[in-house]
Amino acid sequence: MKLDSKIPGGPLDKKWDSHRFNLKLVNPANKRKYHVLVVGTGLAGAAAAATMAELGYSVECFCYQDSPRRAHSIAAQGGINAAKNYQNDGDSAYRLFYDTLKGGEFRAREANVYRLAQISTAIIDQCVAQGVPFAREYGGQLDNRSFGGAQVSRTFYCRGQTGQQLLLGAYSALSRQIGLGKVKMHPRTEMVDLVVVDGKAAGIVVRDMVTGEVRSHSGHAVILATGGYSNVYFLSTNATGCNVTATYRAYKKGAAFANPCYTQIHPTCIPVSGDHQSKLTLMSESLRNDGRIWVPKKAGDSRHPSQIPDSDRDYYLERKYPSFGNLAPRDISSRAAKEACDEGRGVGPGGRGVYLDFADAIRRLGRNKIEEKYGNLFEMYERITGENGYEQPMRIYPALHYTMGGTWVDYNLMSTIPGLFVLGEANFSDHGANRLGASALMQGLADGYFVIPYTIGDYLATGKPARVAADHAEFKRSMDEFQTQTNRLLSIKGKKTAVEYHRELGKMMWDACGMARNEAGLKKLLQKIPDLRQEFWGNVNVPGGGAELNISLERAGRVADYLEFAELLCRDALTRAESCGGHFREEFQYTEGEEKGEAKPDHANFAHAAAWEYAGPDKEPILNKEPLTFEYVKPTVRSYK
Amino acid sequence: MPSGIPFGNSKSRKLDMNFTLHVWRQANAKDQGHLETYVAHEISPDMSFLEMLDVVNERLIKDNKEPIAFDHDCREGICGTCSLVINGVAHGPEKATTTCQLHMRKFADGAEIFIEPWRAKAFPVIRDLVVDRSAFDRIIQAGGFVSVNTGGAPDGNALPIPKDNAETAMDAAACIGCGACAAACKNASAMLFVSAKVGHLANLPQGQPERLRRVLKMVEQHDKEGFGNCTNQYECEAVCPKEISVAFIAQLNRDYLKASLLGSGRD
Repeated sequence: MKLDSKIPGGPLDKKWDSHRFNLKLVNPANKRKYHVLVVGTGLAGAAAAATMAELGYSVECFCYQDSPRRAHSIAAQGGINAAKNYQNDGDSAYRLFYDTLKGGEFRAREANVYRLAQISTAIIDQCVAQGVPFAREYGGQLDNRSFGGAQVSRTFYCRGQTGQQLLLGAYSALSRQIGLGKVKMHPRTEMVDLVVVDGKAAGIVVRDMVTGEVRSHSGHAVILATGGYSNVYFLSTNATGCNVTATYRAYKKGAAFANPCYTQIHPTCIPVSGDHQSKLTLMSESLRNDGRIWVPKKAGDSRHPSQIPDSDRDYYLERKYPSFGNLAPRDISSRAAKEACDEGRGVGPGGRGVYLDFADAIRRLGRNKIEEKYGNLFEMYERITGENGYEQPMRIYPALHYTMGGTWVDYNLMSTIPGLFVLGEANFSDHGANRLGASALMQGLADGYFVIPYTIGDYLATGKPARVAADHAEFKRSMDEFQTQTNRLLSIKGKKTAVEYHRELGKMMWDACGMARNEAGLKKLLQKIPDLRQEFWGNVNVPGGGAELNISLERAGRVADYLEFAELLCRDALTRAESCGGHFREEFQYTEGEEKGEAKPDHANFAHAAAWEYAGPDKEPILNKEPLTFEYVKPTVRSYK
Repeated sequence: MPSGIPFGNSKSRKLDMNFTLHVWRQANAKDQGHLETYVAHEISPDMSFLEMLDVVNERLIKDNKEPIAFDHDCREGICGTCSLVINGVAHGPEKATTTCQLHMRKFADGAEIFIEPWRAKAFPVIRDLVVDRSAFDRIIQAGGFVSVNTGGAPDGNALPIPKDNAETAMDAAACIGCGACAAACKNASAMLFVSAKVGHLANLPQGQPERLRRVLKMVEQHDKEGFGNCTNQYECEAVCPKEISVAFIAQLNRDYLKASLLGSGRD
């Protein structure tokens, strides 16, 4: 497989401009003749569908939720980064680029990251024009807050509901196009396969989740904006419906999947309360702006937090990383919390938690100010735990949150299958091995509003792909295969539920391929997953039929894909013999000096994207490497001390 | 709790609660539907309401029975997917809380709980507790936006917006589109939902050019979908998980009156 990243030449800050000029255009009158399928209606998908419809393309859009307004982008709380430099604190596109590249531990392309930083400012302008109610200063200007991994204040926000407001902005733009008849929307519709004809993406097969009908849709190009795969761990902060099926099916049809081992753990989640737990809840890490993180100095100190004097507390982030303190990047903060708990200094039931304490901030700013900034987060915390975060410290623990890995795409966001484009969290492109806070919203909207509308035109104008009829034999084959899988799931009538298998897989993954990984554990896991998969296909129970709304069947189909995908994730984690961002291999850490215990990347041998190619059922996938070259910023040890 | 575990809250972690559930079951849109009784055993007070239903469903599947279909997704109170009328109240007994964020510690052990879908003509039942809320999407499609294409927007700070206006707009924009307002209303009116979008944009300068046209179009679509009229009972505000104020309905009414009198806004 050839990986051509198509990074344009020329100086870094001119690449995107010159590339845009060189991209072929589709004549305005011809755009309506091109039919584009967009799967997913989060920030990336909704923005792409709306913008392409505005340009005149004929668009069909799909989501599994009952409305495009509900995609999981909606749950992002903290904010969106943009290099506006409104605060006059020295921000610039170059600094945002630098922070993002460094935060990603030099495992992303310079050109992609710079483009993202460049576009960031236009996103804010666009969202303001749509009526997104960003927080304002008294003078009427846009307000900013600071966020992990940055020393400037560049994050725009709408209380604790930034994702919601940005998504509703994109949804309103999409709704306008639906109302105008320019986008045909299919809610409660799940993509179950990608169809490739003559080496090009020709369309998708979907299941109508209300009637169970399996249908084919063909188009000149297919865009996947289907989010990440955190739910392979069962417990994550993703919505319960989020799944890997779309990108995994695309992988099986030839779209290389890159860096699946880069998974992000979010440091500020509410700890697990029991086995019944169906998902984890994140609280925006903007809380770390004012909250101080600590654990007791002594292991087993069971005093009430108010009884522990400052001298017996370990504010470990402030101690270890004095210049970033409580705002150290996510991976570093998460591992530090795990370390403290492994030492027996964790707090709360089960000892898997650390304190996030607002007492100082309340003394300094007053409770009103804290309430104004984070009120909804305190409410959320109290609703879930029954505890009042103003009166006693919150308890937090890291949880799976975001996946940097995803479908491999070139600079045009096209996968290794011509005509298949992948946007937002679903692709691997901009965050390297670790994503900084408030950058996911930025990337989703950048891809959807400002990248794909240009780059897809080049594919259509250059390749002039023909639209394959939806009754083509390949569509029929995909539909038959899916129907066969459905019939099989319904006929097993075993003893265990799909949820039980999912939970079991998730636990295995979290234990051996979660926050810390090692060779022996991964090798063992790679043997256990096929066994679990085999058991699933012999012993799962899916009641009901295929031609109806069937929640067990939906779940079982997704779990079947997780059971295959998990293996790919582990294989990538095993192959990447270094520690890097969200991928921490215990064997690779500094053993002495100031950096002792820190992740040790291997820039000499692993400065590449690992793009896995499907080789067939029960065959080992093929590893292709896209070397990453750094012309502007030389990889250094990522120090936040 | 094992010794040596540092301070935790003192709540019971035992699975010691039991409930009798009366759940609406309806095979499909044509089926008449009925209430069926289930017993929920060994429920932890730390479970959310939906996690309690998950437990019931897992047992149903193990008994080879079809699980109860209900809508849910983010389970953190923001996507607006979950619904359920619990003991006659949309989203259940806790104020300003979606069903997914309602926890079993709010119920007495041994309680009987009635669980029904949203009831409104414009929200037809699809199966069990799942209803079709696409009417809300069509109301937004009729005018719940600022007509601006991607590209060419002026600098974000070119348009100063007084903080108070931005805050009021945000109060309205917080609506999650769950439909509880219509489910709680005796007229099945969705006026709180409509007024939230109208109010969000009416309080911002970006929303002014289409302000009157928007209110007419959205109300017209609301009526067409089969939602009833607002008669100021405020049941909607009482159940709204995001505490959207009925003051936005008053603002909508003023705008609607003005738009009607001026005869403006129609194509």
